[in-house]
Amino acid sequence: MAAVTETIEAVQSVAEGGYKWGFETDIEMEFAPKGLNEDIVRFISAKKNEPAWLLEWRLKAFALWQTMEEPDWAAVNYPKIDYQDAYYYAAPKNKQGPKSLDEVDPELLRTYDKLGIPLREQAILAGVEGAGDSPSEGRMPIAIDAVFDSVSVATSYKERLAKDGIIFCAISEAVQEHPELVRKYLGSVVPQADNYFAALNSAVFTDGSFVYIPKGVKCPMELSTYFRINAKSTGQFERTLIIADEGSKVSYLEGCTAPMRDENQLHAAVVELVLLDDATIKYSTVQNWYPGDAEGRGGIYNFVTKRAACRGARSKVSWTQVETGSAITWKYPSCILQGDDSVGEFYSVAITNNRQQADTGTKMFHIGARTKSTIVSKGISAGRGQNTYRGLVKISPKAIGARNFTQCDSLLIGDECGAHTVPYIENRCMSAKVEHEATTSRIAEDQLFYCRQRGLTQEEAVGLIVNGFCREVLKELPMEFAVEAQKLLAISLEGSVG
Amino acid sequence: MNAIVNNNAAGLLGRADALATPAWAAETRAAGIAALRAHGLPTRRAEAFRYTDLAQVAQASFGENSPMGARGLGMPSLPLTRGAARLVFVDGVLRGDLSSLPPRPLSDAQALLGGLTSLPTQPIAAMNAALFEDGLFLDVPEGEDAGLVELVCVVTGARGAIGFHPRHVLRLGRRAKLTLLDTSDGAAGLAYLHNPVFEISLDEGAELAHVRIQREGRAAFHLSSVHCAIAAGATYDNFTLNAGGRLARNEIHAALNGPKAMCHMNGAQLVGDGQHADTTTVLHHAAPDCGSRQTYKTVLTGKSRGVFQGKILVSKPAQRTDGYQMNQALLLSEEAEMDSKPQLEIYADDVKCSHGATVGALDPAQLFYLRSRGIPQQAARSMLVEAFLTEATEGVGDEACRAALSEAVTAWWAQERA
Amino acid sequence: MLRIEGLTAEIDGKAILRGIDLEVPSGELHAIMGPNGSGKSTLSYVLSGREGYEITGGSVTFNGVDLLAMEPEERAAAGVFLAFQYPVELPGVGNANFLRTALNAQRRHRGENEVDAMQFLKLARARMKELSMPEDMLKRGVNVGFSGGEKKRNEVLQMALLSPKLAILDETDSGLDIDALKIVSEGVNALRSPAFSALIITHYQRLLDYIVPDRVHVLMAGRIVKSGGPELALALEASGYASVAA
Repeated sequence: MAAVTETIEAVQSVAEGGYKWGFETDIEMEFAPKGLNEDIVRFISAKKNEPAWLLEWRLKAFALWQTMEEPDWAAVNYPKIDYQDAYYYAAPKNKQGPKSLDEVDPELLRTYDKLGIPLREQAILAGVEGAGDSPSEGRMPIAIDAVFDSVSVATSYKERLAKDGIIFCAISEAVQEHPELVRKYLGSVVPQADNYFAALNSAVFTDGSFVYIPKGVKCPMELSTYFRINAKSTGQFERTLIIADEGSKVSYLEGCTAPMRDENQLHAAVVELVLLDDATIKYSTVQNWYPGDAEGRGGIYNFVTKRAACRGARSKVSWTQVETGSAITWKYPSCILQGDDSVGEFYSVAITNNRQQADTGTKMFHIGARTKSTIVSKGISAGRGQNTYRGLVKISPKAIGARNFTQCDSLLIGDECGAHTVPYIENRCMSAKVEHEATTSRIAEDQLFYCRQRGLTQEEAVGLIVNGFCREVLKELPMEFAVEAQKLLAISLEGSVG
Repeated sequence: MNAIVNNNAAGLLGRADALATPAWAAETRAAGIAALRAHGLPTRRAEAFRYTDLAQVAQASFGENSPMGARGLGMPSLPLTRGAARLVFVDGVLRGDLSSLPPRPLSDAQALLGGLTSLPTQPIAAMNAALFEDGLFLDVPEGEDAGLVELVCVVTGARGAIGFHPRHVLRLGRRAKLTLLDTSDGAAGLAYLHNPVFEISLDEGAELAHVRIQREGRAAFHLSSVHCAIAAGATYDNFTLNAGGRLARNEIHAALNGPKAMCHMNGAQLVGDGQHADTTTVLHHAAPDCGSRQTYKTVLTGKSRGVFQGKILVSKPAQRTDGYQMNQALLLSEEAEMDSKPQLEIYADDVKCSHGATVGALDPAQLFYLRSRGIPQQAARSMLVEAFLTEATEGVGDEACRAALSEAVTAWWAQERA
Repeated sequence: MLRIEGLTAEIDGKAILRGIDLEVPSGELHAIMGPNGSGKSTLSYVLSGREGYEITGGSVTFNGVDLLAMEPEERAAAGVFLAFQYPVELPGVGNANFLRTALNAQRRHRGENEVDAMQFLKLARARMKELSMPEDMLKRGVNVGFSGGEKKRNEVLQMALLSPKLAILDETDSGLDIDALKIVSEGVNALRSPAFSALIITHYQRLLDYIVPDRVHVLMAGRIVKSGGPELALALEASGYASVAA
C-alpha cells in the first residue's frame, strides 16, 4: 500500500512540482451518509457519545444555519457549494479511541511520519520538517494532537503536561472528561449564529483540540495540532478551544495539509481563545492545505473563524499566520480587547499563486482602557492569484488611551494577479490613536539583478526578497516553524517568475 | 411612469413623476427614475453607505422644484464677488440678473449627459438624474484659458425647504484651462436638499482646477457627486471643503483614462456638533504612467461624525502608476466619531501605491512644546488645529480660491472655538 | 535663582528621581552629567512641567516662587526655558508665527507690550545671522524637515529670542557636529549675564570645553552623588562614572 501511495506521490510531484504533502493514505474508513440534515447532526453527536446539552446546542446551531445566507462580501469567487454533496463525518475504523500511541494504526503513524509530524514522544526532536534526520539536542519537545479527517487520532505528552495541571486533548475527549469547562466556554467567544460558517461548524464539528492552562502556569512546551484531510468528498469541521487562566502562558501551533484532488473540499473551523487576567496566548498557524493545481482545479476552501477574547486585564494574544495553501482562504483571526491594558497582535503572511484567492485580515475591538493592538500584514500575489487584506479596527468610547498601529504591505509578482487592501477604521474615542499605513509594490528589477549578479538564480532571488519582505512576520513564529515557513514561501512561489 | 412605488424613494419618485421633462433630458431622467425605483435610497446595509445612511433623506420631504426660469425673488447676499465670470443660482433658480456669464443652455450638453455616471450603483447621481432641471454648462474650446469662473448656489429659504438637483456639465478641449470655484451656501435652520452632480470631461492636456466650498446651513442635506474623465496628459485638481449641512456627502469618481494624466483630490472636512460629513472618493487608474495624490483632513467637534472612504483602483493596463492617499482626522471631542475606509484594489504589478490614515486627538508632545514656550493651552490647541487645516489648504494653487478657503476655514474655527 | 530640595519623582510608579538637592544662583552655569537612565531628562521635564511625571516629594522654587505649582506656560513666562533633547515637529505651524506667538504670549503674561511683525522679523533675523541659520527656516514648519543640527540651532534661536532667566539644555550637544557645537555654544555664551543661569545636561565633557560651567554635578540613579568645579568633568572623562560611584 505504501508503494501505491508513493507512486501516486511521485507521479503527482512530476505533474505538480510543488505540493509534496498531496499523497493519500489508504486506510479503512467509516463515513456518515452523504449530505447534511438533522439526522447527520444527531449521528455525529451519537458517535461522540455526547451529553444531551451538546446535542441540543448543535441542533440549535443547525436550525440557525438553515436561516442564514452564505456571505458574499469577500473578494473571492467560487461556484456555489452543494452542502448536500459531502460527507460530514469520516474516521479511521477503530471502535474505541486509541488509548496510547502504541494502539494507533501503524498506517496513520506512517502518514504523520511522512508529513514530518513526529507523534512518537521519543521521536520528537526538532522542527516540523525532517524530524529524525537531524537529531538536535536540548530543543523543547512539541506536544501534538493529530486530527485525521473527523477525529483526533493521537495526542502526545498528555501525561507530562498533566503534571502541571495542563489539559491538552481532543475536544471530544474534553466533552467527556471536563464537561464543566467545555460547557462554560464553548461558543462564548464565537456564538453559534456568529456567521454562516461558524453556525455550520457548531452543528457538525467533529473534533479539534482542547487546551486549559491553569492559573499561573507557563506551559513547558509548545502545543500543536496537526490537521490532515485525507478522505474524498469530506469536509473538515474542527473546533479548537483554548482557555488561559490567570497569569498563565502558552504557545500553540497549528499546521494542516491535504491530498491533491480535483474536487474542492471544505474546511470550516472555529477557534476560540479565552484569556483571563495577565494570561498570554501565542497562536501560530502554518496553513498549507492543498491549493489546487495551476489551472485552479481542486484545493481546499478554507473558511475559518478564529477569535480571542482578552477578558482579563493585561492579557495578551498574538496571532501569527503563514497562509500558503488553500484554493480560497476566508479568515479573520480577531481580538476582543475587553480587559484594561490588554494587547492584541496580528502578524500575517498570505501568498496566492496560480488561481488561489485569499481574503484575510483581522478585527481588533478595543473596549478596555489603554488597550493596544498591532497589525502587520504581508500579502504576496503571483500567477493569477488574488490577495485581499480586510481588517477592522474599532475603538469604543471607553477605550481611553487605546492605540492601534497597522502596516499592510502587498507585493505583486507578474501582471495577472491582484492585491487589495480594505481596512476599516472606526474610532469613537478622542484619546485613542489609530495609525494605518499600506503600500503596494513589486520586486524591482535592480533588486533581482543585484542578486543574480551575485550568483543566485531568478527563483532563489525571488525567494530571498520575499523572505525579506515577510521578515517582520516570520520572526514572530517559533523558531522551528519559521524555518518551515521560509521553505514553504519559496515552494509556493515556484513557477511564478520566468 | 406611474407604477406603484414601494420603496423608500417614493417621495422623490413622486416629485420626479410630476416634472415636465423636455426631450433632451428624457433619457437621463428615465434612467434615474428606473434606478431609484429598483434600488431606493441606500441604507447602511449597502457597503458604500455603511457609515452614511440616506434613509433619513428619504424620510424628509422637500418642496417642489422651481418651474424652469422662475424669477422675481429678492436679492440675496452673495458670499463672494471677485470680479470673475459668475453664474448664480438662488433657491434653485439660475439668476441671469446676478450672473455675469451668459448661460449656455444645458440642453446643448445633451450628448454629454449621463455618460460618466453608473446610476444603479450611484444613488446620489441617480437622485439627481431623476430630478435635475437645470445647471451649468461650460465648454472651453481647445487651447483656451477660461480663467476663473465662479458657480454660486444660495438657498435663502424664500421658497422654503426646496430640493435642488442641479446637473453641471463641463468639457475642456485639448490643452484648455479653467479654474472653477463652486460655493454652496444656505439659510441656517432650513432642512433643504442640495444635490448637485458634475459631469466633467477633460480632453488631452486640459487642466481643470475645481475648488468647492460646501457651507450649507446646518439643517440642510448636501449630497453631491463629481464624475470626471481625464484624458492623456490632462490634470484634474479638486479641492473640497466640506463644512456645512446636517448630513453632507461628497463623492468624487475620477478616471485616469490616458497616459500621463494626473489627478489631485484634496480636501478638509469641518464637522461640528450635530453634523455628519462624508467624503467618498473612487479613483480609477485605467492607463499607464498616471499619478494621483490625495490628502484629506477632518476636524471633529461636539457630537459629530466624520467619514472618509477612498478607493484607488488600478487596472491591468495602468503600469507605472504612482498613487498616494492620506487621510487624517483630529477628534476634539469625547462625543465625536471618525470612520475611515481607505482601499487599494490593484491589478497591475509595476505600481507604487500607498495610503495612510490616522485618527486621534491633538498630540500631547506638540501641545507641551508650545506650552513650554509660554503659549497658553487654549491658544496652543488653536494653533495646532489651524496648522492641521492650513496644511490641507495651502496646496491650492489659485490665489483667490486659496483665500476663499482660508477665510471659510478661519470663520469655522473662530465659531467652533468660541 | 533655582532651588531644588529633596525632589523625588516617578513615572508609572517607578521612582526616577530619588532626592535631588541643587541650588543654582543667579549668573551661574551648572552642568549635570550622568550615565543613561540616571534621571537627567526626567529632571528637565519635571522642571518644565511635562505631564506624566508624579512628584512624590520635595520642592522646587524659582526666585522664591513654587515652580511645581505652575502650568508649563506660566513657567515659560516666568523665564524657564527648556531646550529639548528631541525638538518636536509641528507640521503646518510656521516657525516665524510660532516664535512671535510665543514671544508675545510671554510678554503679555509679564505685562509688556507685544512686538509687531516688523519688529519681530528684525529681531529674529539678527539672531539667526548670529547662529548662521538660513532665513528660510523662518518660513518652514517648526522643526519639520530640519536636520538634527538645524533643530538644535532652532532651539538656541528660540532661547535667544525669548531671553529666559534659566535655560535648561537637555543634551543639546547630542547629534551635533563640531561646527554646529561651536555655534550653539556661542549662542549660550552670548546670554551669559548676572541675571542668567543655566542647567546644562550632558553626557560628555566635550560641550563643556565650549561652555565652561561654574559647577559640575554628577547624577546617578536619581541622586546627585558628587559636585565640584569644571575639573570634575575632566576627571569623569578620564576615569568614567564608575569611579565616582565607588
